[in-house]
Amino acid sequence: MDVRDLVGEAFAGMLARPVRSALTTLGTVLGITTLVITLGVAATAGNQIVGRFDELVATAITVEVPESENTPLVAWDAIDRLTRLRGVVSAAAVAESKDSVNLSVRSNDLVDPTRVTAQTLTVLAATPGLPEAARGRITRGRFFDVGHIERADRVAVLGDQAAKMLGVTRLDRAPAIFIGRHAYTVIGILGDLRRERDLSSAVIVPPSVGRRFGLRDVTRVLVNTSLGAADLVAGQAPTALSPGNGDALQVIAPPSPTRARDQAQDDVDALFLILGLVSLVVGAVGIANVTLVTVMERVAEIGLRRSLGAARRHIAAQFLLESTLTGLAGGVIGASVGVVGIVAISAAKQWTPLLDVRLAVAAPVAGAVVGLLAGLYPALRAARMEPVDALR
Amino acid sequence: MPEPVIELDRVRKDFPSRPPVRALADVSLRVDRGDYLAVVGPSGSGKSTLLNVLGLLDRPTSGSYRLDGTETTELADGARTRLRGGRIGFVFQSFHLLAHRSVVENVMLAEIYGEQARKGRRERALAALERVGLGHRVGFLPDRLSGGERQRAAIARALMGEPSLLLCDEPTGNLDSRNTEAVLDLFDELRGHGLTILVITHEQEVSERAARRVRITDGVLVEEA
Repeated sequence: MDVRDLVGEAFAGMLARPVRSALTTLGTVLGITTLVITLGVAATAGNQIVGRFDELVATAITVEVPESENTPLVAWDAIDRLTRLRGVVSAAAVAESKDSVNLSVRSNDLVDPTRVTAQTLTVLAATPGLPEAARGRITRGRFFDVGHIERADRVAVLGDQAAKMLGVTRLDRAPAIFIGRHAYTVIGILGDLRRERDLSSAVIVPPSVGRRFGLRDVTRVLVNTSLGAADLVAGQAPTALSPGNGDALQVIAPPSPTRARDQAQDDVDALFLILGLVSLVVGAVGIANVTLVTVMERVAEIGLRRSLGAARRHIAAQFLLESTLTGLAGGVIGASVGVVGIVAISAAKQWTPLLDVRLAVAAPVAGAVVGLLAGLYPALRAARMEPVDALR
Repeated sequence: MPEPVIELDRVRKDFPSRPPVRALADVSLRVDRGDYLAVVGPSGSGKSTLLNVLGLLDRPTSGSYRLDGTETTELADGARTRLRGGRIGFVFQSFHLLAHRSVVENVMLAEIYGEQARKGRRERALAALERVGLGHRVGFLPDRLSGGERQRAAIARALMGEPSLLLCDEPTGNLDSRNTEAVLDLFDELRGHGLTILVITHEQEVSERAARRVRITDGVLVEEA
C-alpha cells in the first residue's frame, strides 16, 4: 500500500465527519494552548529582568545592627569605610532606641492654651550623610556636619512633618525646640523622603548629642548602591562595617534579578503546567473515546476494506493515522492560539513577547503524540476485527 | 485442461457451539473459468458460510480449497488477504459504498491495498464504471444514486484489478425488479466477456438466469440439473 494512499484514506476518514473531528480536537487544543501559554509567558516574564524593576528598591540596602552589651558592633566612623567601597553611592548610620521614640518635644517654653505645643516625637541620631542615604532633600536650612558633631553642638534637624507639627516654618530666626528640658537650635528641615519615610516625623540630632537620649550605638545603616552593585555591596558591607563581627549583622538586600526571575517562573509554571497536562490527558481520552466510537460505527467499512485486500496492519495504520492527525490538528491550533495568547498577555503587560521556535514546533508534535497514543487501543480493536464479523 | 477457478474438496465447517453446528458438510464443488453459478438455499442452510469460505474470509475446519490452483487452507493470514484482494471481487447485498466518497473514489478504493501503480488508477476506475454503464455518474455521492446504480458502482469496484472470480452475496436483495433485471443483464454481459461469476441468492429469478445452479440444504450441496 502506498503511503500517499494511506494518508489520503486517513484524511478522508477524518474529514468525513468534520464537526465531530473538530470537537474531538478540542481537548488537545485546550491542553496544548495552556501549555504553550504557560511556558511562553513564563519565558517572557523571566526575560523582563526589569519588568517590575524599581531602581530605588534594587539599589537600597539596609543593615540592621543588633544591640550588643559590651563594645558596639558598628562604630560611628565605620561609615567612612563603607563609603569607600566601590558601588556605594551614599550611606548613613542611624541610632534609634526604644527610649528615644516617645520623647516630648516642644517648640517653646510658653504655655499657650490655644495650642498643643508638646508633641511626642521620635528622636534619633544620624551621621551627616543621612539626607542622601534616605533619598531626601533639605527643604530649608542645612543638615549638621562633622563640625557640629565634634563640638557636640545642640542642633537638630526636623523631618518636614515634625516641623509642621511643632509649628516651625522658618529658620531665619534660629528657632529652638525643647527636647525634655534642653533647648536645641533647628538648623534644617528634611523633606521629600523616598526611603525611610518615617524620618519625616522625627527629630534628628548629631550622634554626640544623641548620647543624652541613650542613642549610644549605631542600630541601622542605610546604604545606596549604584545600579547592579547591590548584590556585591550586600556581601561586603558587614565586613566593612564591623570587621570580625560581620556575621552578627543582618543585611536586607533587594532580591537579585536572577532570583526574581526564578520566582516569577516558579509561580506561573507549576500550577498551569499541571493544568495543561491534565487537559492534555483529558484530550487524549476524548480522542480515544471518539476514535473507538468511530471504529464501531465503521465496522462495515472495515469489512469492506478487508474484502478489498486490506491486511490488519493497513486497518490499524489508517485508524492510528486518523487519530494522530486529529491530535496534530489540535496541536497546531493549540500552538497558534497559545502564541496569540502569549502576544496578547505581553501586550497587556507591556512586555516584549518571547516566542521560542522550539515551543512552536514541539507543541504540534506533542499533540500528534497524544493522538497517536489515544489511537492505539481503537486501532488495535479495528485490526483485530474478523472480516466475517465485520461484514455481517 | 485448464485449472479450475474454484475447486472445493470435501470442505467441512463446524462452529463450536452446544450442540456443535455443521454449516458445511463435506462440500465438493468445481467452478471453471467463465462459469456462471448460482448457489440457492433457504436462510440458515450454510450459504453465507460457503461464501465466507470461498471469499477467503473464513477458514474451513477441514478439506481443501484451491483458488486458481493455489491451495488456500494452508496459507497464512497475509497471503490469504493478498489472494483475496487480487483474485476475488466482492459484491454485497448492501453495496458497502463509502457514503462520503464519490462513485469514482469508491471504485478506486479497490486498488489501494494492491500492488498496482497509482498512475492511471482513475482512468482504470472510469473504464470500469463505463463497463457497468455508470460513466455519467462518476462524480456523484452514493446517496444520489438509485439502488441499481449503487450496485453497479459496487460491481465496477469489484471488477477493478481484473479478478478471477466475482463473488456476489444476494446482489439483488435490496433492489426492485427493474433494477434486478439491469444487474442480471450486466452479469450476463460480464460472463460473455469470460468472467467467472458465483451468485449466492434465494431469489428464483436470479438463479434461473445462471448457467449452473447448486442448492445447499443444511450444509449439503447438491447440483441441480
